[in-house]
Amino acid sequence: MAFPSLNLLLQSILSGIFIGGMYGLIGLGLGLSWGLLRQINLAHFGFVFLSGYLSYHMVTVWGIDPLLTLLILAPLFFAIGVAQQWLLSRFKISPFNSLLVTFGFTVMIESLIQYVWTADFRKLQSTYGEEKFKIGGLFVPVPELLTLLLAILLAFAVWAAMRFTDIGKAMRAMAEDGPIAAAFGINQRLLSLLLSGVCVAFAAIAGVCFALTFTLTPTQIFSWVGVVFAVVMLGGLGSAIGPLVAGIIIGVSEAIAMVLFAPSWAPIVSFSLLILMLLFRPGRA
Amino acid sequence: MNKVILSGIFAIGLAFAVLPWLGVPAFWESFLYLLFHWIVLAVSWNILSGYTGYFSFGHGAFFGAGIYGAAYLAGTIGWPFLATLPAAILVAAALGVGLGAVVFRVARVRGELFALLTLAITFVLATIILNTRIDGGPGIYLIGVDIPKLGPSQSASIYMMGLIAAVATLAISYIIYASKFGTGLFAIHDDEDVAEVMGVPTYRYKLYALAVSCGLAGLAGGIHAVFISYVTVSETFSIAVPLSVVLMSILGGSRHWIGPAVGAVFITCLLYFFTSGDYAVFGRAMVGLILVIVILFMPSGVLGMIAQWRRGRSTAAAVTAPPAHETASTAAVVRLANKPAPSTEVLLQVRGLTKAFAGLRAVDNVTLEVRKGEILGLIGPNGSGKSTFINLVSGHFKPTAGEIIFEGQNLAGLDAHRFAQAGIARTYQIPRPFSQMTVLENVAMVAMFGGTGMSRAEATQAAEEFIAFAGLSHRAHALPDDLNLHQRKFLELARALAARPRLLMLDEVLSGLTPSEINEAIEMIQRIRDRGTTIIFVEHVMRAVMALTDRIVVLNYGAMIAQGNATDVMNEESVKAAYLGKAHA
Repeated sequence: MAFPSLNLLLQSILSGIFIGGMYGLIGLGLGLSWGLLRQINLAHFGFVFLSGYLSYHMVTVWGIDPLLTLLILAPLFFAIGVAQQWLLSRFKISPFNSLLVTFGFTVMIESLIQYVWTADFRKLQSTYGEEKFKIGGLFVPVPELLTLLLAILLAFAVWAAMRFTDIGKAMRAMAEDGPIAAAFGINQRLLSLLLSGVCVAFAAIAGVCFALTFTLTPTQIFSWVGVVFAVVMLGGLGSAIGPLVAGIIIGVSEAIAMVLFAPSWAPIVSFSLLILMLLFRPGRA
Repeated sequence: MNKVILSGIFAIGLAFAVLPWLGVPAFWESFLYLLFHWIVLAVSWNILSGYTGYFSFGHGAFFGAGIYGAAYLAGTIGWPFLATLPAAILVAAALGVGLGAVVFRVARVRGELFALLTLAITFVLATIILNTRIDGGPGIYLIGVDIPKLGPSQSASIYMMGLIAAVATLAISYIIYASKFGTGLFAIHDDEDVAEVMGVPTYRYKLYALAVSCGLAGLAGGIHAVFISYVTVSETFSIAVPLSVVLMSILGGSRHWIGPAVGAVFITCLLYFFTSGDYAVFGRAMVGLILVIVILFMPSGVLGMIAQWRRGRSTAAAVTAPPAHETASTAAVVRLANKPAPSTEVLLQVRGLTKAFAGLRAVDNVTLEVRKGEILGLIGPNGSGKSTFINLVSGHFKPTAGEIIFEGQNLAGLDAHRFAQAGIARTYQIPRPFSQMTVLENVAMVAMFGGTGMSRAEATQAAEEFIAFAGLSHRAHALPDDLNLHQRKFLELARALAARPRLLMLDEVLSGLTPSEINEAIEMIQRIRDRGTTIIFVEHVMRAVMALTDRIVVLNYGAMIAQGNATDVMNEESVKAAYLGKAHA
């Protein structure tokens, strides 16, 4: 274990915070649908990648600005989310079976991506994709900063909506006890459709950020499952701010583990945290 | 256990064993090997996850432990290959048991949490193997490893090992399915808390199932190491193994011993024929689509559907003919004993029993005794601690303080199944039958595990008598969901009786019944006592309490406020105050 220089340490903590923003952004929609709809939507990861590829396609083939693709993709994925929820509620899928069904969707999405864009690596090239600036010796890449800001913005927007709007309160009531909430006049069906749409639209936003920051390849879909699950569970199911906080905690601890030991040791951090939490505070989930 | 099925498994195995000597092309040997490989993995997964309902996403970890166990010992250290297989089994089983010993202690780690936890274990194990000398990054080659000659060629030898593993796995799966152990696992699947209270040592059983399941996955891994001859962390611990086995088992039917094998054959063929050639992408998409369709339209799998269809036919035939003497009072009475003389001998002694939930003392320092052969009424307003008392004396809750001395033995602090084995049984106020078992299986299950325990055959026979006693014979093969409330309450009774308890606790058996059904039930409770069973009777229906009980105990806010003869106790001021409130005027 070689002790790194202070600057290197700070730089990796910063990149840990940024990757944590990505974890939090992906985890937000996943945790909301898990906590409030009782659906473990594995397809969330598929949607993130599909959105990333679509954004890549629009930018490189049609020459649209990456941020503008958000305006097209978010509504489109909202509709996909509504459709998926309609299907799952139509067949009264249990939480566990939702995991299996959405795994099926993910495999189909993966095949679709592989068919359209092949298994090669794809990198979205944009004007600000490579941009970075320097604050006091630390490099700050623009796309990562954008991801983090979006993650914070969305997390707080959801938190405020849940707390202060009628729809948000109705959703919390529905999550607590669906049939009782329905008996008090809450339109459970409509709310579920809406919520699922929002969650998948969040996946689309995460996907665009992902494409800006990372290289795309279809087989990567499943490699994010584990760590984002850990983030969601640590942050608390159905929580708005929790996944972001947990994401940053995990991101930073991974980054520190990478500098102190070796990059290949990083996964053990998030999963050890998850295992410890499941064992000692299983009530969180 | 059906000897025909077991010999059938071995006969089919023998038939396949001849193939290599008939000059089959090597392609078929390796294809069939893959089939056997997936059968072992899917069926072994099912022994834990299908039977007990604890879905594991960590089968890849146990499989990987087997692969790396064998690869490291044979490829790196140079053990003879055959010696590495037992090691692979042991390593995988030890990993599973070590994990389970910790995880199963945490009562709330069930369902999704267990699935995620096992998934996380897979990643942790992969990281450790990748970063230590076991692999270190480049992977392990097993090219030079000598494979024992079990067939005319090297691929035939691997084929034979796969075949032996598959036959062994199927036989083990069937033996467990048809045994008392298997019944206990299915009870855990349906309602783990009730299973424990009915006498199933749930913790131990889950560990055994996990050990068998992991050991077999380790075996599959060990053999697979020489089949692929080059093992890497990324291939071994990919998400493909856990998800494939789940898919195969769900598709085939995870409540059936051979269901996962059916699914394994189907999926392996599908993947093999679709993913070779130009249509690989479509093949994968097809697998995804099939998974979606299967879960949406037949969530209990192929064999589950067949079983449902068969049960539907048989109950349609049975239900049409309810017996002429349907009421319980005229049904055959089992081993009717003479009414025992009132006794002063103490059966159960409770001393200073206290249960606190985060400050609230639901049962507070209760001391009482129950005498042999009596019916003790336990009454009190709602929230007075009656149900908590029953949960304590049945072992479901561990007391905060106090002693529960049953027939001279202090049971406080033991697991609930020890209470059941000691001779204590209970019913639930809201019936909690095992929902996937028929009425007969429900009762037989308790006969197997309650009290001194019975073999499966004895238990089934005894169960028929108890069902007749409760007047449910014509519904013996129905599922609990198809019963009405009255029948479900009587099923609760039959099930508690099947444990042949010396102390029976009845928790509001009469609530929700009509007046005539109450009369029937009172009569039945009298007949249960006449057989020599001591009863603690919790009830709000005072008519029944007055008619049945020898003594009553009144609880209020967790504390005992009165005990004695029913009429006297009901006239005590403190009891009136507890029920009606104090007059302040």
